[in-house]
Amino acid sequence: MPQKLFGTATVDVDAEGFMTDFTQWTREVATAIAKEEGIAELNPAHWKVIEFMHKEFKENGQVPSIRKLNKSGVITTKELYELFPGGPAKKAAKIAGMKKPEGCV
Amino acid sequence: MPMRKLVILGAGTGGTIMANLLRKRLRRADWAITVIDRDNEHFYQPGFLFIPFGFYTKKDIVKPRSKFLPRGVEFIVAEIDRINPAANEVVFQDGSTLSYDFLIVATGADIVPSETPGMLDGWRDTIFDFYTPDGAAALAEKLKNFPGGTIVIHVNETPIKCPVAPLEFAFFCDWCLVRHHRRDKIELVFVTPLPGAFTKPVASKALGRLLEEKRVRMVTDFNAERIDAAARKLIGYDGREVPYDLLVTVPTNMGSEMIERSGMGNEFRYLPTDPNTLRSKKYENIFAIGDATDLPSSKAGSVAHFQSEILAENVVRAIEGKPLEPAFDGHSNCFIEAGLGKAILLDFNYEVEPLPGRFPFPVLGPMPLLKPSRINHWGKLAFRWIYWHLLLRGRPIPFVPSRMKMAGKKRPAEDTASSEAK
Repeated sequence: MPQKLFGTATVDVDAEGFMTDFTQWTREVATAIAKEEGIAELNPAHWKVIEFMHKEFKENGQVPSIRKLNKSGVITTKELYELFPGGPAKKAAKIAGMKKPEGCV
Repeated sequence: MPMRKLVILGAGTGGTIMANLLRKRLRRADWAITVIDRDNEHFYQPGFLFIPFGFYTKKDIVKPRSKFLPRGVEFIVAEIDRINPAANEVVFQDGSTLSYDFLIVATGADIVPSETPGMLDGWRDTIFDFYTPDGAAALAEKLKNFPGGTIVIHVNETPIKCPVAPLEFAFFCDWCLVRHHRRDKIELVFVTPLPGAFTKPVASKALGRLLEEKRVRMVTDFNAERIDAAARKLIGYDGREVPYDLLVTVPTNMGSEMIERSGMGNEFRYLPTDPNTLRSKKYENIFAIGDATDLPSSKAGSVAHFQSEILAENVVRAIEGKPLEPAFDGHSNCFIEAGLGKAILLDFNYEVEPLPGRFPFPVLGPMPLLKPSRINHWGKLAFRWIYWHLLLRGRPIPFVPSRMKMAGKKRPAEDTASSEAK
């Protein structure tokens, strides 16, 4: 199992750098992953998204889709792209310490 | 004991197979089976792809739904307003109701172009779909008279029905243009929200290579915020723009509005369903099959077929008060038309991505996996016959079991090596 050092914590990750053990996730780890993804600082809007993702995962066992985030009223898709430039679904999931969102085949 | 009632919503692939399987397993004296659909036209959906290129017309791929339902099943053509799960009843649009003891939701998925701002502005003018019979027929006319320019093949949002269909469209388009000596006048662009041609790495690489060979330019990780139909361009959330002369789009796919009116769907109007038993996550006497579910398996007829035997078993078990069998493994199987009279075969499930090898038998095949071949193309053409004559009637397809088999599949060496190294 590959591991990665984030700040002072060592966490288990998969081949693409997604955490595989959520119990190892801390806010410090999230901040460090975010830096690596090109987000210098996590602001309250970022945290709101991360918290919503955690809540969804706890309730449904699934990483929420962008559509779900948008529909829940947490954030519009446009804002999500501004917060997590590039691939917001993937980036937010990575920072939140979750597995890669399952693109359905 | 009074007659008990099983109701099936939808007489597409999944609903029709379930009516056939369950009529055999439930005694007619004890159980009435009713199937409801909004019309009596059953389209062979894999045939839509062939219409824009003139291989099929609409009448080649449609038959009455009622023709494929067995004797002893009542078929009602009506629009359903909603399910009322608290009262165990289905409410029709005219306000009348039908009660059930067990319900199977098989209402499928459909395209919803209105989900993307601007898409309807150019609808069937410069923007076309091939996921509906009318759309595919309109596109056939458009392609016939298309003078040249850029054709953009676009997937708006995942998941979509038959996730490989847009790739097949690209391959077919290339092939037809080459045959008519028009390929040099037309640029083909493939735009997808995924990071590659397909979701799973091994197949994504193989299919991506094929797009490259056919000179189809890929634009990946693209999520359309809106379409400017007047200026003929797709505009992404990240600010990227993709101009087109003809846009062939797969709009956002969603489940039935009836599911939403019933307050039972997720954000895509799909019914939250147990991925292994196929029972509703919330209601003990409601089951779901095929595209109507929220499962992470492919939205495809082969999946509904593989689910059907497991679902029939579980409905019978639920009726008898026995524990359900968590047997569905996400098995999916599909032929991808690659042009030049060849097709590619994929076979996979929740856990195992599409891999190269031979199917259905190791070494003997006769069908190679994940590689274009003529026999796969014949397989695809023969499938229309299999669909009407075996699959819909719930008869087994020779050598193709419900659960996926690993025999005959090979993980590419470089792939194993690289995943072990990391």
